[in-house]
Amino acid sequence: MISANLSAIFYLISGILFILALRGLSSPETSRQGNFFGILGMIIAITVTFFTVGNFSNAFNYVLFFLVIGGAIGAFIAFKIPMTAMPELVAGFHSLVGLAAVFVAISAFLNPQAFNLGLPGNIKLASLIEMSIGASVGAITFSGSIIAFLKLRGIMSGSPIIFKGQHFFNLILGISIIVLIYFLCSSQSQSFFWSLIAVSFLIGVLLIIPIGGADMPVVISMLNSYSGWAAAGIGFTLENTALIITGALVGSSGAILSYIMCKGMNRSFFNVILGGFGGDANVSKEKSKDKKPVKSGNAEDAAFLLKNASSVIIVPGYGMAVAQAQHALREMVDALKKNDIKVSYAVHPVAGRMPGHMNVLLAEANVSYDEVFELDDINNDFANTDVAFVIGANDVTNPIAKTDPQSPIFGMPVLDVEKCKSVLFVKRSLSPGYAGVDNELFYRDNTLMLFADAKKMTEDIVKNLN
Amino acid sequence: MEIDPFIFRFSIFILSIFIGYYVVWSVTPSLHTPLMSVTNAISSVIIVGAIIAALASSSDKIFEISNIFGFLAIILAAINIFGGFLVTQRMLQMYKKKKKK
Repeated sequence: MISANLSAIFYLISGILFILALRGLSSPETSRQGNFFGILGMIIAITVTFFTVGNFSNAFNYVLFFLVIGGAIGAFIAFKIPMTAMPELVAGFHSLVGLAAVFVAISAFLNPQAFNLGLPGNIKLASLIEMSIGASVGAITFSGSIIAFLKLRGIMSGSPIIFKGQHFFNLILGISIIVLIYFLCSSQSQSFFWSLIAVSFLIGVLLIIPIGGADMPVVISMLNSYSGWAAAGIGFTLENTALIITGALVGSSGAILSYIMCKGMNRSFFNVILGGFGGDANVSKEKSKDKKPVKSGNAEDAAFLLKNASSVIIVPGYGMAVAQAQHALREMVDALKKNDIKVSYAVHPVAGRMPGHMNVLLAEANVSYDEVFELDDINNDFANTDVAFVIGANDVTNPIAKTDPQSPIFGMPVLDVEKCKSVLFVKRSLSPGYAGVDNELFYRDNTLMLFADAKKMTEDIVKNLN
Repeated sequence: MEIDPFIFRFSIFILSIFIGYYVVWSVTPSLHTPLMSVTNAISSVIIVGAIIAALASSSDKIFEISNIFGFLAIILAAINIFGGFLVTQRMLQMYKKKKKK
């Protein structure tokens, strides 16, 4: 057994190591070291807890046993998961953090002596408030992440689920959470505690179902943030510095990512959360009935254009992830580079289903990260580029966002691909993207549509290049 | 007048939010996915609470209901810790600079 003061110092150290873990991510070179700091911080926190509790009886063996079981499952998942499945993996992990927070809160409620919080039925008021907030936010994180997971995995449809009076109903539930916490604190009754958790689970589900597939980057970041606040809530209950620091870090990290994602779509956070976006795609379908001429080509035409270019910018999107086309794309780029063609990649902040989704896939395909550029860094280069190769992206290239104030995506920062001499657009059909907006780019004179599966088309282009 | 220890913890909390704010803005956008997976792993430090809950037993009653929730939370958090750090490591291994010819 070690003293409470000493263990507090160690928890502080592990909190600092977690800060360094995030700090390391400021550049790819330092990131691996950062991850090592994170692991070290975790080892310190767990070891110190063992010595602080000082119970090395039979129960300790069970703790180790369950730790190994969970660890083995986690390690197995980490090595097996394909990179394209990263968004749903992260959503799944968030749900586990949320549920773990709920479980810890439950056991603190049932056995408060263990945490030094008073006696069952007579828990300190502050602790009770902290643990009910932790449990509630944890439960919302859990059920919300499960829904996000199901949507990303494709088990549940990605389209928004909306019913009448949805927002009003959510509001009532939100108020009832506060009321339940109040009654829980005044009565210390178990039934209020269980209802609080049940209502929170329900809210989590209802919050996420109206949000459509392409808004998932915001949802995942938001749930990331929630999982942090849940951890912080539990940290206050446990009076544990490491948890408080980590919870605050994760909470603000998720909040910043949500902000960046919302800005990438020029939409307010509330607009995303209230949901329903892109649900009325029928409206724009009618508008586009007057058929405009579209130039379409095959792999041979594309290869010809690419071969004669001196510079090419690749614009990847979610379609590339779905088609698993990143490796084929890299082969295509290698073939182009052999012909001394300058190639770079342009990644829009909301391309894909989570922040940084495209970057990870390109990294997986061995694309050097210094060839991949963010929107602001590359947008001026389109004007001096021969060919833009758009693969699986749509709304993020739509010039209408700059010209038509009526459009739902007006004001969204877009990649200026239309400024290139020619645009190759790989897509399955002319259907509008997530926002339900027809892409004006399809009908431009300098656009050549390549109607095919992204991977198959890219492979065919490679054949024609060689 | 003594200051309630809660205020000290609250101060740590608020300061950490500020640290988080500045640190996360300095994260390069291309590493946002690893950022999510690593924050996921570190928020599983909630395992600390799970361990306390699981070990809070007199030696003859290991599986009281409150301990069982502790054990369950240990499994969940352990999945996250190992899964989170390892998948982050796997991703970061891929971010390499190619040698220029």
